Amino acid sequence: MNPPRMIGAGLHFENIDKRYGSLFALRHVTLEIAAGECVVLAGRNGSGKTTLLRIAAGLARPSSGSLAFLSAKGATADGRIKTGFVAHATMVYDELTAEENLLLFARLQGIPDAQNRVQSLLADVDLADRRDSLVRTFSRGMRQRVALARALLREPSILLLDEPATGLDPDGTAWLARTLRRLRGSGCTMLMSLHGESEISAMATRAVRLDTGKVVADTASGASLKSILTFADA
Amino acid sequence: MSLLSNTSALLGKELRTEFRSRELLTTTVVFILMVIVLFSFTFDPTSSESRRFGPGLLWLAFLFAASLMLQPCFLREQANDTLSALRLSVDDPFAIFLGKLIANTCFLLLTELLLLPIFAVLYNVPILPVLGWLVLVLFLGSLGVSIAGTALSAVSAQARMRELLLPLLLLPLLTPVLVASTQVTAALLDSAPYVEWKGIGFLAVFDLVFLTALWLFGEYLLEE
Repeated sequence: MNPPRMIGAGLHFENIDKRYGSLFALRHVTLEIAAGECVVLAGRNGSGKTTLLRIAAGLARPSSGSLAFLSAKGATADGRIKTGFVAHATMVYDELTAEENLLLFARLQGIPDAQNRVQSLLADVDLADRRDSLVRTFSRGMRQRVALARALLREPSILLLDEPATGLDPDGTAWLARTLRRLRGSGCTMLMSLHGESEISAMATRAVRLDTGKVVADTASGASLKSILTFADA
Repeated sequence: MSLLSNTSALLGKELRTEFRSRELLTTTVVFILMVIVLFSFTFDPTSSESRRFGPGLLWLAFLFAASLMLQPCFLREQANDTLSALRLSVDDPFAIFLGKLIANTCFLLLTELLLLPIFAVLYNVPILPVLGWLVLVLFLGSLGVSIAGTALSAVSAQARMRELLLPLLLLPLLTPVLVASTQVTAALLDSAPYVEWKGIGFLAVFDLVFLTALWLFGEYLLEE
């Protein structure tokens, strides 16, 4: 993969609450992620990881609290920071080909020279020879590659990944780890939810554990990465 | 400009996926055809009865078919959470609605135009002399159905009992469209055809009001 021209950016969650009716998905979450960090969110199912990522992506609004994006120099730059989001679902159309999917989202995002950008991304995710195949004919690993290519269309400064290795076989996980490592090398900030230790968690610079919507452990506060990822002290 | 280019990209996607699968068009054509044929067998209507009851039957069939056609409009965006991808990609969420409602209007209009000659033959009503006006009322009626239906499809897709919810919300809301479209069509199929301007005006105003409401409040329908 050619290293993209990315400039890292940071995120600051300030006292975020998210309620669905009477149920709290997040409670008083305050978290600052510096530009260039690779932060793993750990926690049991329902702990609030996905909600936090969806708020960061702009898909959900916090019930209270605020989210600010920080440019590499530390200045607030709300709305001007480009984010890419790889969700648990692939977020691409099964009835379109890999190329049609990427061209559609490139056009919607107003990517200049969309055709070339799409061809380059398809080559980067090793799908150039399957560009004309419908996504519904793809394996889970190949779909995840299309999903990652979609998220990278606008060369994001912050990449948000929600359990990106779910359903991938060891080869797929290894490919994803290699790809993310290259992106990390380009300065892209990453916030991802993961379960347990893996090749992907090995690249984390920091881990945060959520439990019932609250931050309960953070390597920045002295907890060990391993204990957070394996729930060793839970 | 971004609204127009986003709408055209989304419209292209809707048309491409539908013409590739032909799921909606096939189901809707077969449904309306069955209703028209079954009613003609049941009543064996004379020409004057057809003029009296035909337009109402035709629009009822269109309306029920539309509620079937509009059901998957936002529902199929949920399978892979593609709606989130669209929300993250467009500047103005109205483009998502606009792309879908233009596609739905095209599908509905195409279905109606395919079945209009069959209706004319089975119910023995001459449509050729008033074809232009009929196309206008079909367009205005279908646009109204699509605008309201696309908006409600976004609401119902996020709810429980979503398959039931859309027709329950849609059919009462579209009663004025049904009445106005039926009146205009009946006037056009009369033995002495005339243009019912009041009905055409009502349909145009209905479309404009609901389109404006969707433009103003559509964003909230897509929120989690």
